[in-house]
Amino acid sequence: MGRGPTSHMQDLLAIADHFRRSARSADYWSLRLAGEETDELAVRQGVTEPSVLGSSLGALLTLVRGGGIGYGATSDLSAAGLSAAWERASRWADLHAHLGLFDASLHPRSSLRADYASPVVEPWESLSLVDKLDLLRAGCAALEIDKRIVDSSAWLGRRRVEQLLVTSEGGEIRQIFDQVSSGLAAVANAGSQTQTRHGGGADWGGQGGLERLARVGFREDARRVAEEAIALLEAPECPVGVRDLILMPSQMVLQIHESIGHPLELDRILGDERNYAGASFVTLDMFGAYRYGSDLLNITFDPGVPGELASAVADDEGTQAQRQHLIREGILERPLGGRLSQARSGLPGVASASARASGWDRPPIDRMANLNLEPGVASLASLIAQVERGLLMDTNRSWSIDDSRNKFQFGCEMGRLIEDGQLRGLVRNPGYRGISASFWRSLAGVGDAASREIRGVYTCGKGEPNQSIQVGHASPPALFRDVEVFGGGE
Amino acid sequence: MRDGAFFNLSDRLSRQLRGDEVLLCNLDGEDSDFVRLNGNRIRQAGGLSAWTLSLDLIQGQRQAQARCDLSGDPDQDLRRAQALLDRLRERLPHVPPDPYLNYATEATESDQRPGNRGLTGDWDSAGAIADLTHAAAGLDLVGIWASGELHAGFASSLGHRHWHASQNFNLDFSCYLEGGKAVKANLSGLAWDPKALTDKLARVRRDLDILARPARAIPPGRYRAYLAPAAVAEIFDLLAWGGFGLKDHKTAQTPLLRLARGERRLDSRVTLREEHARGLAPGFTAEGFLKPEAVTLIADGRHQDCLVESRSAKEYGQAVNAASEGPESLALDPGDISMAEMPYRLGTGLAIGNLWYLNYADRNDCRITGMTRFATFWVENGEPLAPVEVMRFDDSLYHLLGDRLEGLSRERELIVSPETYEGRSSASALLPGILVSGIDLTL
Repeated sequence: MGRGPTSHMQDLLAIADHFRRSARSADYWSLRLAGEETDELAVRQGVTEPSVLGSSLGALLTLVRGGGIGYGATSDLSAAGLSAAWERASRWADLHAHLGLFDASLHPRSSLRADYASPVVEPWESLSLVDKLDLLRAGCAALEIDKRIVDSSAWLGRRRVEQLLVTSEGGEIRQIFDQVSSGLAAVANAGSQTQTRHGGGADWGGQGGLERLARVGFREDARRVAEEAIALLEAPECPVGVRDLILMPSQMVLQIHESIGHPLELDRILGDERNYAGASFVTLDMFGAYRYGSDLLNITFDPGVPGELASAVADDEGTQAQRQHLIREGILERPLGGRLSQARSGLPGVASASARASGWDRPPIDRMANLNLEPGVASLASLIAQVERGLLMDTNRSWSIDDSRNKFQFGCEMGRLIEDGQLRGLVRNPGYRGISASFWRSLAGVGDAASREIRGVYTCGKGEPNQSIQVGHASPPALFRDVEVFGGGE
Repeated sequence: MRDGAFFNLSDRLSRQLRGDEVLLCNLDGEDSDFVRLNGNRIRQAGGLSAWTLSLDLIQGQRQAQARCDLSGDPDQDLRRAQALLDRLRERLPHVPPDPYLNYATEATESDQRPGNRGLTGDWDSAGAIADLTHAAAGLDLVGIWASGELHAGFASSLGHRHWHASQNFNLDFSCYLEGGKAVKANLSGLAWDPKALTDKLARVRRDLDILARPARAIPPGRYRAYLAPAAVAEIFDLLAWGGFGLKDHKTAQTPLLRLARGERRLDSRVTLREEHARGLAPGFTAEGFLKPEAVTLIADGRHQDCLVESRSAKEYGQAVNAASEGPESLALDPGDISMAEMPYRLGTGLAIGNLWYLNYADRNDCRITGMTRFATFWVENGEPLAPVEVMRFDDSLYHLLGDRLEGLSRERELIVSPETYEGRSSASALLPGILVSGIDLTL
């Protein structure tokens, strides 16, 4: 039923071919064309929300010319539109040549030819719109188990991005990214206490098709979500004090993201982000020697994990992506960043190929892509058994960290007490705070491969102009010693 | 894309409607220059032309929505929009009737062009950047210049015609010393004024002189504090996330639930309004409703009204008074303490210039956490003595705007959002600074 979304790649190839043949003289240029198709479906309290189809198409031209660099982005992909973008990029390149922060010759050049497509087992179109809405209505209805559930929602969406990067040096990189996202949310209220629980894949993004619904347990998760929301209403507040802490993968994602990923971004270290997203406590001289965490800490940049949110063959500067250790056995080895930042930094070695743009309308900046904590050897049960007096926290709900990515405070949807190596009752409004530079040194246990979950973050914001991008994080649960924890209330 | 082209596109699409179909069309567009700066040099410079068309096809009680980018070429755009309309028409029979469908059925018109200088594309961003780098010579300046045209339009098959066009700039920057100490500043407006830049940089240089002193480390605890308008803006930016919307109130998710239920109240000097008429955002909603001049959210420390977008209005039987349920033109009433007097009223404590990365520690008690950032000074007897190293706070707004609020400044600052995630923002806030007898620092 209904036609499928537009396929853009053939059109993009034709536009690129015409552009190549008519391109004017420059030291180097790259043209990144992107077409994006989205479909958003949702049911709230049994009522189907308006569905929203999206279709985006545009290009960003980067021009290196006369000792300067400039860009022009446009949704007009006609010859005249791209010519106007060239003129615009050219004017900015002229100014950059006089007032630029660095020499334009540092800009990386790509001749890479490569292809990538997300693994998709069940295409979005394999389920009719009616069946998708029925699925959402069933999920939403299953959340409404008690009159204290005051809001319930279920959602399902797809995003398909077809991107073509061509360069003046013969580079041609075709990438097709497919995602299906889903989620469930139950809001419970009693008196002036409100608790929200998410599930069904709400914080579990990944590439792929509708097969992801089974992977995140969408069809069977509603009752657990609703029951936990109700139970949290009646649970005691999380205790205040210093405790051992086990973070489940749903919170480890955020912990890795904020206190390892962002501090290792080269553009922060180089000062580009100081006015907005911030700098970093990490400095260039730390690479190769700095002890970031305990021996158990192994962090990789891994673009090749099937189905992870930011898997890709290359970044938006045209650099081939490959697996690398950023932190090995606790020692900091290399940062995150593209080849331009690598050249500016003067650091030796290979860049992590993570200059990425949020869409056709933004230039690439240094980003996380897939940033993962490598598994250890402990089962979740054995991690719990190591705790005499502690807490387990699950599903991030609050995040805050200073502009050098050091002093953090995070909150979770749900906590469980651990006493004498055994899981005990629920606690509500659990939170913890710490300092990145010391927190990872208290890492005392890392879950095994069986306990690892491949997740990610949908909205990572940084950059001027602002960019919100998706990044992947895979992590097992992990145990930290002597963490400051707290609960809710004034 | 100009208003004529958009209205023409809407008309051509409307002529293709069948039976009792209704079509709502929205346009959002920008033609922007973006220049990133670091070390008072250009880090990344470029420009963007983009227009997005949103369609809402309605038949009876059913509706389906879609959006697509436009190229600016009338025929090509008509083809793109037609293809989208066809997909919506195919979808419509398969979606159930929407009980909360709500759009303006009375055709209205408006034309707002704040700051319009003819929209001839004559903005000289390059000249402004040259002015800036010259005036800031010797400073480690980092930030963003964003400027150009912004367009928003609404038209429908019922005859609505609304257009909002503006041309402005927003220079958001900070200047750094060694050790990460910095002063933040913003200059925004409708016309570039090199004198205003010079004045702003002179103030930055004065603050940098104090920042250059050795930083003072203070232990966690409760401190008297003055929060400058930019810091107050960060608090209200967070509170905008779920604080004021009708749906959040009706589903008990608002962090102001205890206030709304009358269990708590803020200081009686706290009156907060969404001032649509003063703001820089379009005066119409995506469903064709006209915004009222203002909505009083908190009056004399008590909850008064919510922001109500079209779906909530239908669901809960109230009138539409906002385009979305987050504020975009907020104003907090001023107090009676002059800015000049504020340091002496503070006496000894913290003068907090900016806050950063706020989030809820516990929504149930409107407890928020965040960091100090940029220029925060230790003040003794009204004199700023030294910068303070960044500190985390964790406190309830029922205290900071309630029992620990000592006063508000007489002068207010207009803070224009530099945000550009979904295009250049038209949000702004008119805010005083606040003096509190204590703020809890935790880390």
